[in-house]
Amino acid sequence: MSATTAAVPFWRAAGMTYIGYSNVCAALVRRCLKEPYKSEAASREKVHFSITKWTDGKQEKPIVRTDDE
Amino acid sequence: MLRHAARRLASRAAASRRALSTAGVPAEAADDSAFIDAWKKVAPNIEAPKTPISLMQPRPPTPAAIPSKLTVNFVLPYKSEIANKEVDMVIVPATTGQMGVLPGHVSTIAELKPGVLSVHEGNDVTKYFVSSGFAFVHANSIADIVAVEAVPLDQIDPALVQQGLTEFNAKLGSASTDLEKAEAQIGVDVHSALNAALSG
Repeated sequence: MSATTAAVPFWRAAGMTYIGYSNVCAALVRRCLKEPYKSEAASREKVHFSITKWTDGKQEKPIVRTDDE
Repeated sequence: MLRHAARRLASRAAASRRALSTAGVPAEAADDSAFIDAWKKVAPNIEAPKTPISLMQPRPPTPAAIPSKLTVNFVLPYKSEIANKEVDMVIVPATTGQMGVLPGHVSTIAELKPGVLSVHEGNDVTKYFVSSGFAFVHANSIADIVAVEAVPLDQIDPALVQQGLTEFNAKLGSASTDLEKAEAQIGVDVHSALNAALSG
């Protein structure tokens, strides 16, 4: 079976994954909304989480991240 | 004892799943009788728990004649926009162009590009701007549309769209790396689609 060189979308050729592309599109659409909807979307997309990496069974210092979408 | 019940459940579930996947099978909730029998043997006094198979709604069969209505499910990550609504037609913004889906449409999986999704029911047309997503059309005239972000057209601000369009056109001109070019191109695509949606 020979490998087919299917045309990839320009964003995948540039190294983006589909989910990254989709999230960028959604963020751009949200940025173009009228006022009450724009702030509702912004509050809906807020994330706040803490990541802790573990090495050799020991817990390293947690990183807290707050992203707006 | 219960270890065997789990194995029997898995094989029973696999067998029922295979049976339900053929078209034309009548729609009845599968009864996990093998599991219930095995359970009664080891724990006759305790009522058998429900298994996923009995709680699942089986896939509606593909009818012999083309149905008159299309059933649409349109979901976003944060809400279910349309659930089991019977409509005449939906037009989805597929990457290959605007695709009209009527009852009896061939099974299709379509990737969506930023564009307008319109739902036609009698004389009513409801339009949404979809940022991206997928549309799955099944042989039994059920269409599932999933999108990350979808807004009714009147929630879009034309001034912000114009601003974004000029901004990304400028970025496209000045972009150097592949990634910057791709991001600028995405911005141009999304804002042109928004523009077209507002004017069309």
